[in-house]
Amino acid sequence: MENIIEVKHLTYRYQADDPRPALNDVSFTVHAGEWLAIVGHNGSGKSTLAKSLDGLLPFTTGEITVGGIQLTPETVWQVREKIGMIFQNPDNQFVGATVEDDVAFGLENRQMPRTEMLPRVKAAIARVGMSEFAQREPSSLSGGQKQRVALAGIVAIAPDVLILDEATSMLDPQGRREMLALVRELRQTQHLTVISITHDIDEATIADRVLVIDDGQLVDEAAPATIFAQGERLVELGLDLPFTEKLKAALRQRGIEPPADYQGAAEMEEWLWQSLSNT
Amino acid sequence: MSNFIFGRYLPLNSVVHRLDPRAKLLLSFCYIGLVFMANNPVSYLIIIAFTLGAILASKISLGFFLKGIRPLIWLIVFTVVLQLLFSPVGGHVYFHWAFVNITQFGLVNSGYIFIRFLLIIMMSTLLTLSTQPLDIATGLASLMKPLRWVRVPVDTLAMMLSIALRFVPTLMDEANKIMNAQRARGVDFGEGGLLKQAKSLIPLMVPLFMSAFNRAEDLSTAMEARGYQDSEHRSQYRILTWQRRDTITWIIFVVAFAAILATRRW
Repeated sequence: MENIIEVKHLTYRYQADDPRPALNDVSFTVHAGEWLAIVGHNGSGKSTLAKSLDGLLPFTTGEITVGGIQLTPETVWQVREKIGMIFQNPDNQFVGATVEDDVAFGLENRQMPRTEMLPRVKAAIARVGMSEFAQREPSSLSGGQKQRVALAGIVAIAPDVLILDEATSMLDPQGRREMLALVRELRQTQHLTVISITHDIDEATIADRVLVIDDGQLVDEAAPATIFAQGERLVELGLDLPFTEKLKAALRQRGIEPPADYQGAAEMEEWLWQSLSNT
Repeated sequence: MSNFIFGRYLPLNSVVHRLDPRAKLLLSFCYIGLVFMANNPVSYLIIIAFTLGAILASKISLGFFLKGIRPLIWLIVFTVVLQLLFSPVGGHVYFHWAFVNITQFGLVNSGYIFIRFLLIIMMSTLLTLSTQPLDIATGLASLMKPLRWVRVPVDTLAMMLSIALRFVPTLMDEANKIMNAQRARGVDFGEGGLLKQAKSLIPLMVPLFMSAFNRAEDLSTAMEARGYQDSEHRSQYRILTWQRRDTITWIIFVVAFAAILATRRW
């Protein structure tokens, strides 16, 4: 399969004299059309990696090639043509005053004539199911809806690669599911290569391949099934356990033994109340 | 804040709402000139008729305009009283003490000043009530375009203004959240003396500013990722179109202006 992204020996330091680089000699390839998940702890360097791919951070050592173009300060805008990025905070990437203005933002930057923009914006908004919200202002939209608008902005530009930089982490479970379903769909119809940087197990499971990054280095690379067969080690990899499991782990650390058979949040809450009133 | 009408937008569907923001902005500026041209009862009647006509056409109830005046009432009273007490001698003198004169001339003048204030406030309230802030920004940017020739970065300013407006509700929400979080920790907002009140704002302002800076940084990254290089080399999605109703409005305004020039005391 053809490689759409090639990263060779990428090293990045936020400060030139930093003894521990944020990315340390990272090399990997992304195949055209695949869904690649990159997981790791906070501060492991995964967001730094995502930003490097789009030329948003100037690296000094290593080589990045996107769609056959080597990323240099001269080619950075050509590379950005090929990559669409969605970031974590839905509010902080909504530039336009209304949904349609925001979807048009990327097209305006590319100096597309208005007559071409109008149908494209309309189609992109329809594609993500936001047509009835086209005139709305961001303050009247939910986080999930804002991220869908961000996706519409990507659809309008039609890049080859979509990078989700923890794009679902600030959404509620339902918004998260809807967004992932939409990305899956768009990947098929728009022939996108998807790179998702994530903490979310569900999001990583959809991927064809998972890269695990720790302390700026690639430590593992496998199919999701292989990675997730490792059970407890998922936490070490920086993936989120379900909330109740995290709560139980925290209780055990404090020497409180939670009942093993309690599963849901509601039962857990009930149990907590009972134990509190007993003390 | 909630009873502050001036500067708020009231979404209605009227001719005035649909006017090109440039037409409304220019007209509001020129209207001030019109108000200062009037100097006798007939010319004032013409302006009042024009203003009431505009308000009627906007379908916004008069009550909103009266509410809009309320926060400015002390400024008006102050100016009117100054005019009343210290105007130059002219006409019949009703009252004289030291340097205070209440004269016929002063009385009439302060009446006019009062009406002028009222009219100008009403017209600017009409502008903001009937035009979305974003449209005002777009209109202003469009009107400022000639300044490009003297190297004013009009497009960048327009982009900044539009982003600022877009983030007003976001930051208001944020401020609210922070205030609630601080209240939960025992901070009293709006209690005690002036100094204490100002002090209680510190735990609000510090996190608010930090978050605003973070947002700005995120936003600039996102804009760059979406291909934003500079504001000059972009096409425009949102454009303004001057329509027949704008021309008609201006014809009415020019007629009113001519009528005032004809009737005023020279």
